[in-house]
Amino acid sequence: MRPFIYQAVSSPSEAVAAFATLGDARNPAAGAVRRSDAIQSPVQYLAGGTTLIDLMKLDVMRPERIVDINALQGSLGSIEAGPDGLRLGAMVRMAEAAEHPIVRRDYPVIAQSLQLAASQQLRNMAALGGNVLQRTRCPYFRDTSYAECNKRNPGSGCAAVAGYNRSHAVLGASDQCIATYPGDFAQALIALDAGVDVAGPDGRRSVPFAALHREPGTSPEVETQLAPGEMITSFFVPAAPWWRRSVYVKVRDRQSYEFALASAAVALDLAEDDAASDGQGRGGAIIRDLRIALGGVATVPWRARAAEDVLRGKPLDESTVRTAAEAAFAGARPSRHNAFKVALGQRTLVRALHEAAAMEIRT
Amino acid sequence: MSEAASDRCSRRNFLTLTASSAAAPLVARTLGGEGAAAQTAAPADVRDPVSTVLNINGRDHRLALDVRTTLLDALRDHAGLTGAKKGCDHGQCGACTVLADGHRVLSCLTLAVSLRGRPVTTIEGLAAVAGELHPMQQAFIDHDAFQCGYCTPGQIMSAVACVREGHAENDADIREYMSGNLCRCAAYPNIVAAVKQAKTIMKTASAG
Repeated sequence: MRPFIYQAVSSPSEAVAAFATLGDARNPAAGAVRRSDAIQSPVQYLAGGTTLIDLMKLDVMRPERIVDINALQGSLGSIEAGPDGLRLGAMVRMAEAAEHPIVRRDYPVIAQSLQLAASQQLRNMAALGGNVLQRTRCPYFRDTSYAECNKRNPGSGCAAVAGYNRSHAVLGASDQCIATYPGDFAQALIALDAGVDVAGPDGRRSVPFAALHREPGTSPEVETQLAPGEMITSFFVPAAPWWRRSVYVKVRDRQSYEFALASAAVALDLAEDDAASDGQGRGGAIIRDLRIALGGVATVPWRARAAEDVLRGKPLDESTVRTAAEAAFAGARPSRHNAFKVALGQRTLVRALHEAAAMEIRT
Repeated sequence: MSEAASDRCSRRNFLTLTASSAAAPLVARTLGGEGAAAQTAAPADVRDPVSTVLNINGRDHRLALDVRTTLLDALRDHAGLTGAKKGCDHGQCGACTVLADGHRVLSCLTLAVSLRGRPVTTIEGLAAVAGELHPMQQAFIDHDAFQCGYCTPGQIMSAVACVREGHAENDADIREYMSGNLCRCAAYPNIVAAVKQAKTIMKTASAG
């Protein structure tokens, strides 16, 4: 690991100030840092460290200064559930949110997405803010002995395109990068219309979570719309009664402690929540509204709008669900070893939709 | 064996002492030459060690650490507690699992300087002072829950936390919540049996 300056801070403003100091010292014009995204910055915030320390050991990330924000647990570490919705502080640890009783009852897709991610050790460490910024597991990105990686080394090419790409993305991929976004929680946030609050050198702002990540396009090294020095302070999920009918389905090579090959976060607003219309339970219920987000198959947390459009206002049955799944992957661009993800992703979504429809919602 | 005695005569210490005495002339030359001048003239280097107090198993250890030092390396190389093991060193195997503030964490992905006073418990701090094994340690022996033993300290620390969290209510739960600890010898069925036995004893103990 390369040497770095370590600094611990005790408030978000102090963190941002610590960032600005070094940014200015390095770049008197300050513009050079500003134009890239946060992940390229020579200054990095340290929370759980489960991505950052790992990638620093691999020499993939080489920050010159680490600003330790773990002392912000007090100010950014709370879960507030009220009539307006759910606010999750960025320093809440994954395990805590996964086991919070109100999160489990009213926002089940969040609890499930966290529960199915990583191991309990990692969930105890990783903060929610860092979790959504977790970086790809693309083996060519993680291994610096490969010269070609447009994320690591902009302009160097992509070793995965012609390499072994079984784990790579079929949605949102470009000629420059096919690396999969590896997380789970992000899909749950998209399925519940979440927003994200950010603090940075230019003050505070809020953005829809679905707009946080950026597809690789021609600049895969830019992963989010966070500017250098900006940090996530909290997530907000506006209240809606139908968030209770939400699920996260994750399919992977082993049953636990593995990244998704395909995953689906689904929230359904059914017209007949008692679902007794066909005597069997589900089948006749009309979908008033819904959200679908896909993981494991895309370069970013992926909202499947085309699939939502197929189902909105329609009954949920075998045929509509299948049509929606096909629509979700209509634009898929498989590589040599990952074509299976199209079928797997469709089936994962079909299962998630059926599971959500079959949920018994106690009010 | 008392801690002091083990400090004096462990194989690790013997090897370390042998190695450092062989290297001594080289070190002396460096310190006597440019090193001594640099110490007074040069500004603080980012590689300079930082004095850090770690509370490990109820005892404060004042250690001089490069800020890059992980908790795992601080435990093993600086505090002399080699129970926590270095498997992958990338947060994938669980061999380095310790408790920080009572929560199980991976010491290989934790910077020692970032602990800031949170107490750490390692496998060395699990047994009672009198030397009686923790119920989880005893259960691993009773159920033959290891072969080579390399993952065992991490398994045991993780298992203790698993029971305390309430995630050891059935076999499926135990398997799920112990999935962050890999065992290359595949002693998994015996590990599950050990966790179940220890859970019963730990519950009785905490109730009584």
